[in-house]
Order: sequence, then C-alpha cells, then structure tokens
Amino acid sequence: MDKSFFKQHISQQFNAELEDIIKQVMAMGGLVEQQLADAVHAMVEGDVELAEKVMTSDYQINAKEVEIDEECTHILARRQPTASDLRLVIAVIKTITDLERMGDEAERVGRMGLHLLDADRNSAPMADIASMGEHAREMTRGALDAFARMDVEQAVRVAQQDIQIDSLYEIITQKLMKQMTASPDSVPRLMDIIWATRSLERIGDRARNICEYVVYFVKGKDVRHTSYDQMAEEATGDRH
Amino acid sequence: MSDTQTHAVNVAQNNQAPRGLNLDREDICLTAEDLSLYYGEDQALKGLDIRIPKNRITAFIGPSGCGKSTFLRCFNRMNDLIDSVRIEGTIRLDGADIYDKTVDIPELRRRVGMVFQKPNPFPKSIYENVAYGLRLQGVKNRRRLDEVVEKSLKRAALWDEVKDRLHENAFGLSGGQQQRLVIARAIAIDPEVLLLDEPCSALDPLATLKIEELMIELKKDYTLVIVTHNMQQAARVSDYTAFMYMGELIEYADTDTLFTSPAKKQTEDYITGRFG
Repeated sequence: MDKSFFKQHISQQFNAELEDIIKQVMAMGGLVEQQLADAVHAMVEGDVELAEKVMTSDYQINAKEVEIDEECTHILARRQPTASDLRLVIAVIKTITDLERMGDEAERVGRMGLHLLDADRNSAPMADIASMGEHAREMTRGALDAFARMDVEQAVRVAQQDIQIDSLYEIITQKLMKQMTASPDSVPRLMDIIWATRSLERIGDRARNICEYVVYFVKGKDVRHTSYDQMAEEATGDRH
Repeated sequence: MSDTQTHAVNVAQNNQAPRGLNLDREDICLTAEDLSLYYGEDQALKGLDIRIPKNRITAFIGPSGCGKSTFLRCFNRMNDLIDSVRIEGTIRLDGADIYDKTVDIPELRRRVGMVFQKPNPFPKSIYENVAYGLRLQGVKNRRRLDEVVEKSLKRAALWDEVKDRLHENAFGLSGGQQQRLVIARAIAIDPEVLLLDEPCSALDPLATLKIEELMIELKKDYTLVIVTHNMQQAARVSDYTAFMYMGELIEYADTDTLFTSPAKKQTEDYITGRFG
C-alpha cells in the first residue's frame, strides 16, 4: 500500500475526503510537535513567555480534534467505508484522540516553565529532561511520518524508541528520588518535575499507540498489547 | 509505563475472526467441487470450490457478469432449463451429488427453494399462493393447509399484515409484502436451503430491512445463500461472503474478515470502490 492507494476510488470526491483527513491529521500532529518542543524548552530554560504561549495554544489542538472527528463521522455515515478505507478512518479517529492527549501532556510540561524556580532548575537533571523531550518529539514526528507514508517498517522502528524514553524516565526518577531523600524540603517542587517527566513518558506511549494504528490500517493486524517482536513480525507479513 | 512484554497476548488469538466464525467448525450443507459451467463455448464458472455452512447466511458478491447468479442456480439445477448449458464438477447437498442421474429434480427443488429478484406471486389469492406447493404434493386436508399457510406466513413475518385478507389477490400486496409472500410460499414445502437471487433489489430501504430481518430469523431453520449487488446488505446480513470475479471465486471468508481485512487485492478494490 502506498500513498496513491487513496487516490484510486471511482468516486473522486471520496478520494478527496480521505486525503483531506490524512492532511488534517498531519496538521494536527504538527501542532502537537511544536507544542511539545516549546513546552520542553520553556521548562528547561525557564522561558515564561514561551510557557504562556504553550498554555494558550492547546485549544488549537482540541479544535482540530473536534473538526477531524466530525469529518470522520460524515465519511462513516455517507460512504460506509470498508476494508482499508474503514481501517484508515478508524485509525484516524484513534490517532487524533492520542494526539489530543499528547497536547494536554505538553501543556502540563509547559506549565513547569511558569512554576519552576531557578534553584530547582539548577539542581534537577535538566539535561536528561531535555534529552527525553527531544526523544519524545522525535518519536512523535516519526510516528506521524510513518502514518503519512503508510510505512509499517518505520512504524515498528519508531515504536521501539519508546524503550529509550522509558529508560530515561527511570534515570531521571532515580536522580530526583535521591535528591528528595537528601533534602525533604524539596519534595513538593521535585514532585512537580517528576510529573512533568511522567507526561513526557506518556507522550512516548501515545506515539507508540499511533505506530500501532499504522500497522492496523496498512496491514489489517491489531498489534496492541503485543511485544515489539510480535509487532515486527506482524508488520512484515504479506498483504496483497 | 507500558510493560508490553508482560501484557503481551497471543497474536494468533488476536487475529481470529472477530465473531469466532470458522468454516472448519461448521456443519456443511452444500459443497461445490471443481465446478465449471459453460454456456456453449463460453466458460462462465471456472473450477469453483466452496463449502456452504448449514444454518448460516452465505452471500455471493461481485460485479455484473461475474457468474454469481449462475453459480447460485447450480445449487437447485435451475441451469438445467437452459439448453446450451454444460456443467462439470460436483455439487453435493448433505453429501449427496445433486447432479447424479437418479436425483429427482422436483424433489431437489423442494429441498432447495429459490426466491428471485422480482417478486413473482401467482395470480391467485394470498392463501393459494402459500398453499400451492402443498396442493401440488396432493395435500387436500383443509385443516392441514390452513395450518401450513398460517405457520409459513408467520415465519415470513407477513401474517399480521395479511391475516384478515388471506383470500384477496396477492397482486394487491406491496412489493416488499409480495417478496415475503414468495418466501412464505418457498418455506411452506419445508425446504432445507433457500437460494435468494437479489431478493431486495426491487424493494425500498424499509422493505429491504424487513427482508433482511426475516433472513436472520430464517437461518435458525434453513441454510440461506444470497446473491446481492448491495455490498452493505452482504455485510449486514451474511455470516460468510464469497467474492467472485469473471467466473472465479476470488476470496471466501467470514463476512467480518472479508469486509475489514480482505486477503486479496481484487476483493479490496471491489468492496472499496476502486478501479480494478
């Protein structure tokens, strides 16, 4: 299956509708990626202005979710899609739910740019958090790219990047726990940082979900709740 | 953090047919083995193999001229009525070859009833339409006829609409009612299989839904095979779907799998409305 697959319907209008929802998902994904980059930067650098921008921009992602959802409902009602068309619409509906949640997580990270004191910023493992943010962003971009290209192999590769994010999360949590033990006064503030890194970790999980939807709509295989190996095996299986 | 390893489920389990339908676990009612049919020199069916399960609805879909109606008509030897037709291969009903020389064709057609695209009631009363087959069999007992007529009309979900005018002409019924009457006529002689050739194509959407509801009710007692141009109809009512193209059986699977994740590109192209 390649990108031209959605241009081959006898109904040109249906082609246009499907292409449009894919385009819209990419636009929504672009917003999420930008929010995530801004949020991590605002938190790590203490950029208050950027943090405020993140806070006030989340509505755009929410609006996009509603808009795409509505379009998918129209397609289901009017076209009664089947096979790959049906799987695409289902994958889109699921993907935008995850993207919207990723936007919420980014907003939570961005909020740290407002609340975190410089002293905390100096003591917390900010380089690790920046690196985790970069990984989460790369994963988000990779998942959306795999979606746009209908590339299951890429989807599998991107999904596996979640392992790195998870291990960074472990490292950061360990470091923060040590600091909390050493200085109990800092617990409330360091807990905020843990929550922010937890949000980045969740973004990785959701990007992985998107990779699973790519395998579903391209291959017709449901790889949720499977191991990476099983996911890779299903993704390389023949279809048509 | 998602620990995917510990939550891993068996992928094979994941990929079973959604409702667990599996031909290997069905009682098989009808089979075709290497069935070919020729109209003169032209080969219309090309070595078809199929197993049709008992008490299920099996749909044949495919573009015009793909051979789906021709295939359907093989199951009660309706094609015998066309002079130039030649058939090779075997069709079995409950294991017995229906093209065997010893087969009593009227009896075969009693066991394998047929409903056509256009409702074709006889120019008689509603009652006489349903009683027709029994009268042909020589049944004269009025009480027995009354019983069968009522039971058949009830099974065809038509009784409540016609019970007060059983002796009026059947042509006074609407198209949807006429089609249900024809189904009542078919089931009055206690068949095992009902073949339905585009039974709803002349009906409006509501009458169509009534027939579909009826089909789902009827499969408790009969095996149904339906030819339809309406893919949504096949998706709605059938348990198994066969996609045919140019006389070949391209793909045959449980309906959920065929409509969400067909294995063949030709099937995908047809059901999603792509140029093949």
